[in-house]
Amino acid sequence: MYPFEYTRVSDTKDALTAGRRGGRYIAGGTTLVDLMRETVERPETVVDISGLPLDEVTATERGGLRIGALVTMSAAAAHPKVRTLFPVVSQSLELSASAQLRNMATIGGNIMQRTRCTYFRDVTAACNKREPGSGCAAREGYNRSHAILGTSDACVATHPSDVAVAFAALEAEVHVLGADGQRRIPFADFLLRPGSTPNREQALRKGELITAVEIPALPRPLASGYLKVRDRQSYEFALTSAAVALHIRGGVIREAKVAAGGVGTVPWKLPAVEQHLVGERPSASLWAAAAAKAADGARPLAHNRFKTDLLKRTVERKLRIVGGTK
Amino acid sequence: MSPQPQAAVGAPLSRVEGRLKVTGKAPYAAEHDIKGVVHAVIVDASIGRGRITSIDTDDALAQPGVLKVIHHGNAPKLPYKDNPASNNPPDGRRLRVFQDDKVLFHGQPVAVVVATTLEAAQHGASLVKVAYDAQKPSTDLAKAKADKPTKYARGDAAAALRSAPVRIDATYQVARNHHNAMEPHATIARWSGNKLTVWDKTQWVVGTQTELSTVFGVPADSVRVISPYVGGAFGSGLRCWPHTVVAALAARVTRRPVKLVLKRRQQYFNTGFRPSYEYRLKLGSNSQGRLTAMAHEMDAETSSYETFTESVLFPGQMLYSTPNVSQAYRTVPLDVNTPIYMRGPGFATASFVIESAMDELAAKLGIDPIELRLRNEPSEDESKNLPFSTRRLRECYTTGARAFGWDQRRAKPRSRREGDWLIGMGMAAGVYDTARMPAQARILLNADGTAVVDAAASDMGPGTYTSQTQVAADALGLTMRSVTFRLGDSLFPPTPPHGGSMTMASVGSAVLDGCNQVRRQAIKLAVEDRESPLYGVEAEDVVVRGGRLHTKNNPVRGETYKSLLSRNKRSHLEAKGSYAGPAAKERHSFYAYNATFAEVAVDATLGLVRVRRMLGVYDAGRIISPKLAESQAIGGITGGIGTALLEHTVTDHRDGRIVNANLADYLVPVNADVLDIQAIYLDGEDREADPLGVKGLGEVVHVGVAPAIANAVFNATGRRVRQLPITAEALL
Repeated sequence: MYPFEYTRVSDTKDALTAGRRGGRYIAGGTTLVDLMRETVERPETVVDISGLPLDEVTATERGGLRIGALVTMSAAAAHPKVRTLFPVVSQSLELSASAQLRNMATIGGNIMQRTRCTYFRDVTAACNKREPGSGCAAREGYNRSHAILGTSDACVATHPSDVAVAFAALEAEVHVLGADGQRRIPFADFLLRPGSTPNREQALRKGELITAVEIPALPRPLASGYLKVRDRQSYEFALTSAAVALHIRGGVIREAKVAAGGVGTVPWKLPAVEQHLVGERPSASLWAAAAAKAADGARPLAHNRFKTDLLKRTVERKLRIVGGTK
Repeated sequence: MSPQPQAAVGAPLSRVEGRLKVTGKAPYAAEHDIKGVVHAVIVDASIGRGRITSIDTDDALAQPGVLKVIHHGNAPKLPYKDNPASNNPPDGRRLRVFQDDKVLFHGQPVAVVVATTLEAAQHGASLVKVAYDAQKPSTDLAKAKADKPTKYARGDAAAALRSAPVRIDATYQVARNHHNAMEPHATIARWSGNKLTVWDKTQWVVGTQTELSTVFGVPADSVRVISPYVGGAFGSGLRCWPHTVVAALAARVTRRPVKLVLKRRQQYFNTGFRPSYEYRLKLGSNSQGRLTAMAHEMDAETSSYETFTESVLFPGQMLYSTPNVSQAYRTVPLDVNTPIYMRGPGFATASFVIESAMDELAAKLGIDPIELRLRNEPSEDESKNLPFSTRRLRECYTTGARAFGWDQRRAKPRSRREGDWLIGMGMAAGVYDTARMPAQARILLNADGTAVVDAAASDMGPGTYTSQTQVAADALGLTMRSVTFRLGDSLFPPTPPHGGSMTMASVGSAVLDGCNQVRRQAIKLAVEDRESPLYGVEAEDVVVRGGRLHTKNNPVRGETYKSLLSRNKRSHLEAKGSYAGPAAKERHSFYAYNATFAEVAVDATLGLVRVRRMLGVYDAGRIISPKLAESQAIGGITGGIGTALLEHTVTDHRDGRIVNANLADYLVPVNADVLDIQAIYLDGEDREADPLGVKGLGEVVHVGVAPAIANAVFNATGRRVRQLPITAEALL
């Protein structure tokens, strides 16, 4: 680990000042410290924001939810409003990491977490994300866990977060605070596809601080849920996952929100699947036909070809569970 | 056993050191508080093969706290004398740290940074700049050239296969596995003049002692190795690895005690592993399922500098009655570090293949898998023409079938479904040889009626502390509390490696012998002492219970050790117990056995496998410590679930890098993967095996687990997966 300075801030103004000077924000530290130990991350200054008052879940006037950036994963998952209004969010959080990590890690940190690509995390390997221009060892290397969607020649790493998949499905917004004040970034724009600059991962300007993630109001009743497919039962990143929310009224699907995880360089919204569902009546054949579009555009690699098929099956399964089979 | 009443042996006791462990008071290798200790961190080679062309240490040395960077350019030349009395493979030349510029595998130690703090050493290590002349390594088992095979043959397997009415011919692949114990490998080394003391994570203090003495060219009695607690090892502690030498070398160069703890990532290439195999097996049988031939061809990885072999041939020679057997076992030298034994070494790999193929044969013939095995049960060890000392595999099958509900299994695959899940049952036989080696122990009975028993030994988790105390307590006629068993110090009487399930048989027999001697000394003292109530009694009529000697028929007539020894002005009684090992020419064939059963659920569309329940039934001779034996079964089966479904060390063949050298990417089972494990140990003992009648159990509990699961997956899905681990992509 490279030596670094540590400062602790107690109001957002001080945080922004420190952030503008190049400080890296740290809250739970469950990712950043690991990466510092591996010398992947070498911040000169670490700014501890865990004392900022950003740890509340509040209902918005229109029926949505605002989750403070410093709400821990476990607190967010267990919050009664999250549980009742958006089970998909609770489930995605509870299927993540381990209980110990969920108690430490925060919502803001979770969506900022960096890829689990082992070549990214090994400083002796080529990685354009870690060291622009050095190449991508994963593309021709061992890539079972890597992305099949949204990849580029420069990078094929998956975004590891589960809750970000739920946020992407629900079309959440990220509230950020910077020198120029507050702004809201649609989730679809917040995490960046790698393109030729995989080192740029979020649409944040220098020193900007995430204050909350807001889930918009959605028509009720809304059934939702998250399915995570992985080799072992717990404590593993997704091979594939699906976040599904359906508004069904009068036996017809009026709204459908669907996204996939474990397969994209960013959480992968599935508009073609959503469009196929809206206006239709739930049926086994509908789920299959909609899910058949889940892997459109997939570009599998040597070791993750199975993900194309597995993704469709994962989406189909979760549509059936959330939407019922009638 | 002794004529003593058995109060402790056979009782389901908890670990005697359990409280120390759960309260954090049991010091593991890195936790010994050594005054003035400094910290060492190894720099790993970042190429898979080649030469070091330069090492730039300026930035590292400029860091505050960094004392020294040692590498091949400045390290002292070490004698590295031969060490036949070790687990170093006999063929090859062991890795000599910092003795030349050659890189033999990715991750090989190329330098070590010593600093006053761990943080400074770690940072310093990341600043050492090593330049290489890199070559492309050869790390792919399927593409490399094999050594000449080791062969075995009886009868004519090729001819018998040609004429067999029913044949199976299949190739199986077993992934490389790493032990991944919780405790990382760690060493603290301290020199005083020419004397070296080492606190190490090891399963064999004697082996580490001889290795360090030969590497540094000092007499063995100048090296003391201390290892009282081991946080799991599963075989990774059976050799003294290069990092232990690095720690001792760094201590010598810096003239400071040095602590070196391998990072999790570094365990993957500084210590050994279970080698991957490609294993082709052909079976021939008649139409009733009687085996007529078995032909085994196996390729196993080893390093370019040492030829590692393990006991992968025995199961194919003795598990089933077969007149014609051929075996060819080829090691394949690769640019990797040297493998080592891992739980059930050899046997577990062979059993996956043989037991999978037997299941394939059963399916082909339409015979129940247990019935097929019963039809091929041998009446003697056909590889040695010797009778089995004890072989109760039939009882394992029948007991297990009843307890597991085998009659609920549907013979036709893919015929039981619960919602999205396909349910299947499978079973396999397991076998592991009953190894015994010479061992010694020292017994001291104090005048206060307490005893101390010392043996070099080790306790990597199976419960050596507890089970040896049980043996000693009964043989001395003391309570468990009155006996202290000490281990893990090369100053104690020598013992064999703590592996191969031989500790109970070997060390236990030495402890038993020594305790019997001490008890007899005390009895002799009493019956010849006019002032003793036991004066004149026949020695064999005296037993000891709870520290009190009395006649068998009249417990009132007697006295305590304490009164006997104090009256006779004896501060203590002592003896050296010994066990000579098995006879040079054995008259029996000795193995422990199991039948292992698995029930799995496989998601019909997502391909996920979940082990719903498992049962092991064991023929392991006398069970000294039932509670710890059950723990061993739980651990062995859990490890088997890992081998079957999760564990796979992945190498990037382009440069020899291990790409999943961490516990997020190398998956081991978590609690949620291990739902229901039951163990049944058949009552009994093996009177021929050793004085305690034990056959060893820590290894055999792991053997047969992976094939039982694979066979259950076949029963659930109709898919025969011949490659471990079985992951979703094979079942989609």
